[in-house]
Amino acid sequence: MSGKRRVAVTVNGTRHEREIEPRLLLGDFLRSELDLTGTHFGCEHGICGACTVILNGDSVRACLVFAVQADGGEVLTVEGLGSVEALHPLQQAFHEHHGLQCGYCTPGMLMTALDLIRKHGRLTEAAVRAGISGNLCRCTGYQNIVAAICAAAEAMQSEEPAGDA
Amino acid sequence: MREELRPKLVGARVKRVEDPRLLTGQGSFADDYRPAGMVHVALLRSSYPHARLLRIDTAAARSLAGVVAVFTGDELAEAARPMVATSKMKDYRATPMPMLARGKVRYVGEPVAAVVAASRYLAEDAARRIAVDYAPLPAESDPLRAAEASAPLLHEEARSNVVLSREFARGDAAAAMAAAPLRVGARFRFRRKAVLALENRCYLAEYHRGRRELTLYSATQVPGIVRDALAELMDMPEHLIRVVAADVGGGFGGKASLYPEELLVAVLARRLGRPVKYTSDRLEDLLSTSQAFDEIVDAELGVAADGTIAALTAEVVGDVGAYSIYPWTAALEPVQVVSFLPGPYRMPNYRGRVRGIATPKAPLGPYRGVGRPVAAFVMERLIDMAARRLGIDPVAMRRRNFVAAEEFPYRTGSGIIWDRAGFTECLTAVRDALDYDGLRRRQEEARAAGRWVGIGFASYAELTGIGSKIPAAPGMPVNTGTETATLRIDPSGSVTAIFGIASHGQGLETTLAQVVADELGVRLEDVRIVQGDTAGRAYTTGTYASRSAVLAGGAGKLAAAALREKVLRAAAHLLEAHIDDLVAEGSRVAIRGTDRSLSFREIARSVYLQFGRMPPELQEELEATKLYDPQFGTTSSATHAAVVEIDPETFGVRVLRYVVAEDCGRVINPMIVDGQVHGGVAQGIGAALLEEVVYDGEGQLLSGSLMDYLVPSAVEIPPMEVIHIEAESPTTLGGFRGMGEGGTIGAPAAIANAVTDALAPLGIEVTELPVTPERLYRLVEAARGKE
Repeated sequence: MSGKRRVAVTVNGTRHEREIEPRLLLGDFLRSELDLTGTHFGCEHGICGACTVILNGDSVRACLVFAVQADGGEVLTVEGLGSVEALHPLQQAFHEHHGLQCGYCTPGMLMTALDLIRKHGRLTEAAVRAGISGNLCRCTGYQNIVAAICAAAEAMQSEEPAGDA
Repeated sequence: MREELRPKLVGARVKRVEDPRLLTGQGSFADDYRPAGMVHVALLRSSYPHARLLRIDTAAARSLAGVVAVFTGDELAEAARPMVATSKMKDYRATPMPMLARGKVRYVGEPVAAVVAASRYLAEDAARRIAVDYAPLPAESDPLRAAEASAPLLHEEARSNVVLSREFARGDAAAAMAAAPLRVGARFRFRRKAVLALENRCYLAEYHRGRRELTLYSATQVPGIVRDALAELMDMPEHLIRVVAADVGGGFGGKASLYPEELLVAVLARRLGRPVKYTSDRLEDLLSTSQAFDEIVDAELGVAADGTIAALTAEVVGDVGAYSIYPWTAALEPVQVVSFLPGPYRMPNYRGRVRGIATPKAPLGPYRGVGRPVAAFVMERLIDMAARRLGIDPVAMRRRNFVAAEEFPYRTGSGIIWDRAGFTECLTAVRDALDYDGLRRRQEEARAAGRWVGIGFASYAELTGIGSKIPAAPGMPVNTGTETATLRIDPSGSVTAIFGIASHGQGLETTLAQVVADELGVRLEDVRIVQGDTAGRAYTTGTYASRSAVLAGGAGKLAAAALREKVLRAAAHLLEAHIDDLVAEGSRVAIRGTDRSLSFREIARSVYLQFGRMPPELQEELEATKLYDPQFGTTSSATHAAVVEIDPETFGVRVLRYVVAEDCGRVINPMIVDGQVHGGVAQGIGAALLEEVVYDGEGQLLSGSLMDYLVPSAVEIPPMEVIHIEAESPTTLGGFRGMGEGGTIGAPAAIANAVTDALAPLGIEVTELPVTPERLYRLVEAARGKE
């Protein structure tokens, strides 16, 4: 195989340096190299959205990005949101509204929702449905996910005033 | 407070105890385990539907750096017995499934060789270097042609591709049909569907050479079935095998069978003495996870002029794929179509025949609803076809023919017995919720404006919580009718409740904790539910067939009642009170009408730590184990209604509104039940409009990615309204009925009826699902051509 490359990626605020193969997917880097198994693969071809993470402020699919492309960048994964003891308002809203069942799509759904809310603030139901249409969920029929994201958008707006206001 | 006035957890929208770990990325899915020394398996899968294996050259693969070993089917022939799903069913032919193909391959995607390497990347690199000489054999992918005597045989030893056949009959269907004033019928086709849980299948086996213990971490719904099978196939005692299904990313039936890859990692771990993991990708999932439906149903309904059903006949051909899946057999899906076809209706005369045909495709297996989505599609279409011909409203047509309250228990045309269930109540509730008359008026207005808007109903009944008197699959020699719970209180007063079921998204850790906490008199947070692990159980199977709330809930109630007795006996001694004066509540035992009480912790510490001071008859551990067997099972039922609009430009179907009224008896957690209905309906809408596994005429898969196999997203699924009906308490413990599958049973039929209703002005009948834009376009063009 081709030679290894040295990368430095900041994940959830911690800088990690590794020697990796250029073909290593960002998702595999997170899961295998950093043991951050909260990011799940569902299709490995960019359709299901389960592996969505935030890279340099934008949501990306960790199965469509090589880890070397994240060199020098900042990644936020589900592990960087909240903890079991102190859920992030978005996680709390999913809990309140029963926005998850098996939990497999959930990390990607949360990261997509976070990106949506950060960029658009308060959201209509239709905007949420369109916004998460690249994230598949097989358990919930989406109804409670949509409710959770709308509620979280509302809660997060009232908590942190929009930067451009 | 009087006991009956205390707030109960059962019936409350208790938030799920599973959520925090899953929301924070701290779940334990099979692929999340990564023990030291672990190696990865990649599979070379057949690219031919039917071919003889002449030679497999693995030298180039073995020589790659990082490769640990490469195996073919012949090289592992002695390592395990083939998987054989047996059946007591007459006219059933077993079709043994190898771990890795030997001699020949029988479907595209069948595992042919396995590479073990240091990483999944390297294993896949090496798998690509394996060279296989295939000698292609003739293959017949069409089940009707494959059923003919001249068709190429997939399993020579079965001597036919018709691997099962069965008939159900009541009355004289032929005579009643001949005499019926109106007969409606058609050839119905429900295309093959993928299960498509979001987590791909994944298995990790660890073998401890010193203790000779095997642990399998599996994305499975049935750890108990897998453990029993591994013991038999690998010739190991069961006390050396543990199967763990910790967090599982959806199952829906696709993870309810034993898979070759599951056996393979166990065999390889034992052989190599190190942890071996296999993680499927999505292409492999679409190629090799058990698939659903794929039946051709020629059905006819005979009715009297007033709409009363006189007779139903059906010929079902099920395309069961290449192998009979373990343990359910290939009979599970198609036979259940015939079993449930009469639905919730009075059916004096019925004849249903079914044949299962082996074809070079992935095996057919259990999928949410099993047979009943197809049965409901056919029956509910026939009801609407008859109603339209007679000028009877579809709601009135259903009400006229439902088994009425006074007729329960009712034996259906196929012999299934419905206990009292809310057939009529659910229909009425949906009708009212829709404002049906107003909705019909608005539909007329939309029609006048040239819009294609339709309203469709579907009513169904299903048997859930099945006990030991009925096998979950016809003729299957595995007992699926019992579950056992063990409850124990430790010296800290906390409660461990051990079950054999295996939650894969249903929230069973929450619902079972609700049941146990109420019965035992403790707080929810003091109960920990252990599930998805065979370690705690002598015998168990898992979670499938809408059984876990009924069977595990019942076992939990029994064990909790027995344990509460023990706690109260100890407390009576410690408090010097009469046991009848004690009440357990909120993790305390109190003397009624006094302020004297002891916490469970205080009682447990006294029992365990001052054991010698307890009287001899109280020297017992605070633990109870109880088995529950509901014997037969109980009826769950629902009516669904869909309102759809068809875009005349794109022929896309938009679901505008969706209402469900369901009777699942006593609801343990309405929030969770609603969620199950939502998810089931969404899968049913996908089955009706989008999802289709496509093989070409020779058995090559054409739908191998999520760009080809379409799963509904949030924009295709409408908001859903769910109404809970509790018509009458069933005889199951706690009054629970199963409900995990129902949404998927009703939705395809409701959508098919709504699309037909939308196109009623053109006289179109939907007889094939999924009704994709292309199929709709062709139907409309054909109808217009006739005008």
